[in-house]
Amino acid sequence: MSEHVAVGKLKEKFSGSVLDVVEFRGDTSVTVKKEDIVAIGSFLKKELGFNLLCDLCGVDYLGKAPRFMVVYNLFNVSTKQYLRIKVPVEESDPVVETVSGVWATANWHERECWDLMGISFRNHPDLRRILMTDDYEGHPLRKDYPVQGPDRQPYQGRVS
Amino acid sequence: MATTEIMTVNMGPQHPSTHGVLRLLLELDGERVVKATPHIGFLHRGVEKLSEHRNYHQVIPLTDRLDYLAPMSNNLGYVLAVEKLLGLTDAIPERAKTIRVIMAELTRLKSHLVWLACHGLDIGAMTVFIYCFRERENIMGFYEKISGARMTSNYFRVGGLSADLPEGLDKEIRAFVEAMPGHIDTYEGLLTGNKIWQKRTQKVGVISAEDAIDIGLTGPALRASGVDWDLRRDNPYSGYENYDFVVPTHEDCDTWARYQVRLVEMRESCKIITQALDRLQPGPILADAPKVCLPPKQKVVNTIEGLIHHFKIVTEGFKPAAGDIYQEVEAPKGVLGYYLVSDGSPKPYRMKIRPPSFVNLQALPQMVEGSLLADVVAVIGTLDIVLGEIDR
Repeated sequence: MSEHVAVGKLKEKFSGSVLDVVEFRGDTSVTVKKEDIVAIGSFLKKELGFNLLCDLCGVDYLGKAPRFMVVYNLFNVSTKQYLRIKVPVEESDPVVETVSGVWATANWHERECWDLMGISFRNHPDLRRILMTDDYEGHPLRKDYPVQGPDRQPYQGRVS
Repeated sequence: MATTEIMTVNMGPQHPSTHGVLRLLLELDGERVVKATPHIGFLHRGVEKLSEHRNYHQVIPLTDRLDYLAPMSNNLGYVLAVEKLLGLTDAIPERAKTIRVIMAELTRLKSHLVWLACHGLDIGAMTVFIYCFRERENIMGFYEKISGARMTSNYFRVGGLSADLPEGLDKEIRAFVEAMPGHIDTYEGLLTGNKIWQKRTQKVGVISAEDAIDIGLTGPALRASGVDWDLRRDNPYSGYENYDFVVPTHEDCDTWARYQVRLVEMRESCKIITQALDRLQPGPILADAPKVCLPPKQKVVNTIEGLIHHFKIVTEGFKPAAGDIYQEVEAPKGVLGYYLVSDGSPKPYRMKIRPPSFVNLQALPQMVEGSLLADVVAVIGTLDIVLGEIDR
């Protein structure tokens, strides 16, 4: 169904791992199992040339199961193609294997994701908070974290 | 027998060579840097969190406070992302696209001028600093005439622009970009042949093309490592495919190369602006999308549909279909990306910004480790980081 070349190759190589493929406004998103993310990342980089990890972030779908989604926006510098990989992460076990061994740039992105979203990365070389202070409690980008601060009532009305 | 020990030195949190608050923990062996650890986060304002509690239009003024030296580039990236989310990309009128290109390129000039000024000053060239700010002042004047503000422009809208160009401004911009190459010659005359400048920049902060891509470097820093990639040419937006310009690259991979690449980029920006001014035709500046763009005032006061649309957009905003998109633009400092998730409500469910400075700063340790303490200042200058964008 999908036009994207990489999707076919991914389905062929990791048939058991590809959960979903979505096309929206010309963007292709592939949801894969989180156990295989490093293998899939290495395959995409070495075989299909997605050598630039543009961005890595977490999305909090509070109230849904699994609660989190880790999103990898990839780019192929030679063919100028984009591809988005998503990994579902359960709230009970918010840990994903690090891809900083595949793309060095993931190092800070994963630290940011841990800091703000509370998703931890196994085997990360230096998993510390990056934007908040070391003794900060909680992860501010989670949907159940109040926008006005940790000791305040949950957000009720206008902020501005 | 004399023994040596590693000394730890804090550079920052406030240092003249950084635009904002950055603490660098440097471990030194004599004057040589053994290890550099950047500490960031001092300015963190939670822009991504705030945007989840505002509707799409209300996020625009948050974005221009990120990279406050190039506000319109951030606005452009954001409005393009929302337009892509709405499926409105093809409906943007030609005049709006052309004016967007003019403003984006003026912003590139403005940002590069501050970079050259501060980079020069960091290395000890005072005159270039004053000259660059003199030219930048003109662009600030254009900003003021267009948006009413000198720094925090709020001019781009989802679907087009907030207003048309003021009368006669195109002539002023044309005069400015015609004079600009001469000014760039002056800067080059002061720096390029200067022996001190050459010694301080050549073979400093070297990073190979492969390492640069791996660490995520983008923009002029990547092109100075020999990678021929510019989004304006390779994944064009806002009609950039219709302009004739050169994407400069350099093979030296050092601070000198990044200086050369940015200077050529400034000259190319002037050419793009001239071409855009030649193409500028009268026409609408907002897309024909009544549920997204505010109707003209005449329609609001004279027709009930106009009144309803105005009321709905102001009080409630618009509701894009559920889904997620990723949109990138070539900002002056590198690739600026917006990842937007919509759940069908009038507010972004999640907005993730991919700031070029954040990723570029990550390359700093591997660029300075092994070089001298004084080179750290030169490398920070050449990366052209803005901490407002790094911390968000």
